[in-house]
Amino acid sequence: MKLLFEKSVPGRRSYYLSDLDVPMASLPENLCRKAPPGLPELAETDVTRHYSALESRTFGINDGFYPLGSCTMKYNPKINDSVAGLPGFAGLHPLQPIEGVQGLLEALDMADRCLSQITGMDKMTFQPAAGAHGEFTGLMLFKAYHESRGDAARKTVVVPDSAHGTNPATASMCGMKVVNLPSTADGRVDLVKLQEVVGPDTAGIMLTNPNTLGLFEQEILEITEIVHKAGGLCYYDGANLNAIAGVMRPGDMGFDCVHLNLHKTFSTPHGGGGPGCGAVGCKSFLQKYLPGPQVQKDGGRFTFDQSDESVGNILGFYGNILIVLRALAYIMAYGKDGLPLIAKHALLNANYLKHRLAERFEITNKGLCMHEFIITMEKEAKASGVTAMDMAKAIIDNGMMTPTMYFPLIVKECLMVEPTETEGKETLDEVADTYIRIYDALMADPQAAKAFPVNTVVGRPDEVAAARNPILRYTSVDS
Amino acid sequence: MRYPEDIKYNKDHVWVKETGAGTALIGITDYAQTQLSSLVFVNLPEPGDEMVLGDRFCDVESVKAVSDVYSPVSGVVKAINEDLLNTPGAINDDPYSAWLAEAEEVTETEELLTAGEYKTYCEELEGGS
Repeated sequence: MKLLFEKSVPGRRSYYLSDLDVPMASLPENLCRKAPPGLPELAETDVTRHYSALESRTFGINDGFYPLGSCTMKYNPKINDSVAGLPGFAGLHPLQPIEGVQGLLEALDMADRCLSQITGMDKMTFQPAAGAHGEFTGLMLFKAYHESRGDAARKTVVVPDSAHGTNPATASMCGMKVVNLPSTADGRVDLVKLQEVVGPDTAGIMLTNPNTLGLFEQEILEITEIVHKAGGLCYYDGANLNAIAGVMRPGDMGFDCVHLNLHKTFSTPHGGGGPGCGAVGCKSFLQKYLPGPQVQKDGGRFTFDQSDESVGNILGFYGNILIVLRALAYIMAYGKDGLPLIAKHALLNANYLKHRLAERFEITNKGLCMHEFIITMEKEAKASGVTAMDMAKAIIDNGMMTPTMYFPLIVKECLMVEPTETEGKETLDEVADTYIRIYDALMADPQAAKAFPVNTVVGRPDEVAAARNPILRYTSVDS
Repeated sequence: MRYPEDIKYNKDHVWVKETGAGTALIGITDYAQTQLSSLVFVNLPEPGDEMVLGDRFCDVESVKAVSDVYSPVSGVVKAINEDLLNTPGAINDDPYSAWLAEAEEVTETEELLTAGEYKTYCEELEGGS
């Protein structure tokens, strides 16, 4: 595929202006370019076809089932975009006088109160731009809290071995040392081991609940109590909040701070490096350390305030506010009574699909799962050489997105499936039938399994070469 | 799966080969490289760095994940296998010649397994999971 720049034809335009019928004005010489900017010269059809061609090579939730476990690739309702696109929001400038943005501040305040209520926290910041950024913010709050109490020796962060890789990375970024906490045989936090690793050096624990194995930490109250008694704080990674939002609250489980991936739980667009929000909520005793300007209600008027003890700014201005508005639209559309149905339907879908796939696949979750479950193909890999990778490649070949692969790291040859709440029974049945059909075909001919995919633009890239010798500068494949 | 007799092992799949008084070569085992699959990067310590038993002393990155390698000894890094920085795949080719680091002034070594004990341990992992 060629870039727009390569498709450029000198002199081509998408528009032609009428002849000038007013006197021409000139800019001062020093403000003028010496040469025209090197922009592509194209007709509108060149551009629309280019982007349509790019779109046809991608796959998103609008194209089909997208069950990336622990990522909650949920559908983004169009009403979110309608709200965020209102000119009174979309046309604002971050330096606009506060009198002109009262409506926005009211909406941000409302989003703060809704999300605080859903998580059992007291105050939110919308400045973090993504989940990992939120984690970093949360640990900064912990650090500020310990330091303010002259307790600066607390430098270790307990992270379970099933955790997202961003947790240990965050702890390292904050200058903390990671203490890896092995899971019990059934995949949950080991209370005895936890008791052993916490102490006067513990800054806190980072935990997802349900965890990345799709298991609810039933002893969560004991876990947070052990950490609190040791003098540490408890951080809730919101990656899996979709399984419990509106049904139970991290704040009630004993967590002091939480980040929310608004793109996972509250249906804002996912990934792509675009504007995102990893909203961070905290209990009132951490509020004064929050970054960025906080919306305050002063009588009938909204203002901004930032505490002297704030950890500072971690992004410009107020965060990606249009993302926050999308999340607010989603919450308001469901309302207090509707919101718990999201988690309930997510769990129902996951358990239905799990039940269907258990006809063929070994599933690590015994009994009911939460919003996601894990298939392991360890036995197949050993017996016939058919790996989770082969299964995933064959799924792609059948026009579906794969589940998350090879994560969590503690389950071998795994595929982690999270259907989310918006899939109907017909889709889940089709997925189950397809997975089973693929499985039978791969097992019947394990050699052929290595050939998939055959129907896609990209087949099996050389992963080692891609990691060792990445091509970071574009050159046309056609030239 | 290979388990050479002239070296010792721990349950984190690290091997240790004593090379003299208070010195030892350290690497990851055949089992480890098989589980990790194709290695694409290694981050090694600097000669002179302190090594603390049970603490991370380097990491290895495969196409699947980055894994910390924990030190089976307390001592000082005498030398590192710099060739691995450019050819980490050497660990996949022969994990027992592709040592990661050599330790000296070793003051403490964790209780290590013999080849036979380690083989049994790995077979249990494979069979029991």
